[in-house]
Amino acid sequence: MLAEGIFIYLAAAITILSVLVITRKNPVHSVITMLVLFFHIAALYVTLNAEFLAAVQVIVYAGAILVLFLFVILLLNLKEEAVARRYVGPWPLGLMAAVGLFLAIIVSLDSFVAGPKGAFTTEVIKAETNTKALGKILFTEYLYPFEVVSIVLLVAIIGAIVLAKKRLRS
Amino acid sequence: MPGIVDTLLYIAIIVAKILVVFGAIMLHVAYATYFERKTIGHMQVRLGPMNVGPHGLLQPIADGIKLFFKEDIIPAQADKPVFFVAPVISLVGALSSLAVVPFFEGFAIANINVGLLFVLAMSSLGSYGIILAGWSSNSKYSFLGGLRSAAQVISYEIALGLSLVGVMMLAGSLNLTDIVRAQERYPFGMFLLPQIIGCAVFVIAAIAETNRSPFDLPEAESELVAGYFVEYSGMRYGLFFVAEYTGMIIMASIGIVCFLGGWNGPFKIPYVPFAWFFIKLYVLIFIYYWVRATLPRYRYDHLMNLGWKVMIPLALFNIVITGILKVMKALP
Repeated sequence: MLAEGIFIYLAAAITILSVLVITRKNPVHSVITMLVLFFHIAALYVTLNAEFLAAVQVIVYAGAILVLFLFVILLLNLKEEAVARRYVGPWPLGLMAAVGLFLAIIVSLDSFVAGPKGAFTTEVIKAETNTKALGKILFTEYLYPFEVVSIVLLVAIIGAIVLAKKRLRS
Repeated sequence: MPGIVDTLLYIAIIVAKILVVFGAIMLHVAYATYFERKTIGHMQVRLGPMNVGPHGLLQPIADGIKLFFKEDIIPAQADKPVFFVAPVISLVGALSSLAVVPFFEGFAIANINVGLLFVLAMSSLGSYGIILAGWSSNSKYSFLGGLRSAAQVISYEIALGLSLVGVMMLAGSLNLTDIVRAQERYPFGMFLLPQIIGCAVFVIAAIAETNRSPFDLPEAESELVAGYFVEYSGMRYGLFFVAEYTGMIIMASIGIVCFLGGWNGPFKIPYVPFAWFFIKLYVLIFIYYWVRATLPRYRYDHLMNLGWKVMIPLALFNIVITGILKVMKALP
């Protein structure tokens, strides 16, 4: 009962906040709304017993990435931004796409099958703590994909530095 | 209906705990300002506040009343909603970390498994208050202060987080109560010696993270008047002030829990389970003031160099060393 109430609140708040993020005229207000949105998503993870994911959601998204968004927005000239035209002109086109996607999701919901149960049941995770279970599986079973992801991120970092330094020299 | 009674009782206990901790910390914040003015005063061969009450003891209360009744001035071109919400974000970020701090054995408002990550997450929220305050005031001084603070806090947050990884590895847990218990078998009941590099990085990063001297560039008076909160007055300014001192207390508490053995001490003090915690807290707060009275402010590029080229590599080095010691089973 309580859990369902909390979920309904979070789902409603996330939907409303997402709409607010894209409808604010002032990008800084968008960022603040997004900050609140990220906290609601983190709360959703907490209700799923994924407390590690919730903490990382706030640290990485709210604490690092969104601050960088804010930084970039503050460096732009806000007044020009406010009068810029929207990307998509005719709104019926957007509405049609949205309704189509919604219908596609509704239709495909029936064929949804829950995945097979793995070794980490709720009891095991409660005994071992979420962080430990995640760390173990990440560094044994998924070690290879994990390393691939870190290489991809490293390439992105080096690429950014190379691009920035090139412009500096010329 | 025993279920509802139990739930209500549970909620009542939590609310009572929150009120006790909140009241105690607010009192500490008020007297931390008095302690600071007295300490720095005596270090500079002055007396500090003397007029309100014996030895100026009632000065923080007088200051609080003054701030409360002062006129609240809002700049004409300010972005009002953001201007109002910025000090609140700062204060919420600082205060919510208090929920997970174990002040003594078995006492934390929320004893959660990811306590340390929760504190890091909440402290990262503090930079929003500062940037948004700087931007919404629509003043060049506060905007520059806000931008400086953003860069500084992001840079030092990485070093802060990495310096605590060694502690996580030694304790094998992110739960703050478990971290304190894990220290009992180490020398002096502390992680201080096995984590000496991590502790040094943590102390420096914590001072930078709370925008205290010598890293108080966001509010460098000689260049920026007062930095990000120039345009704030009255109680809104007071909120920033409370947030800064609460942040100091939080950082000192995390230092105590992670490196100085939490509520444990060389001997047990009867009837006051939180005595050692608060003694350690006062010593650390004193060190904050000592550093402020001793060291001149860093230059901005020096600050960034120190953060990225010294602090982060040192913290990573500490992780590698701790990992090797752990694999060799050289630790108790």
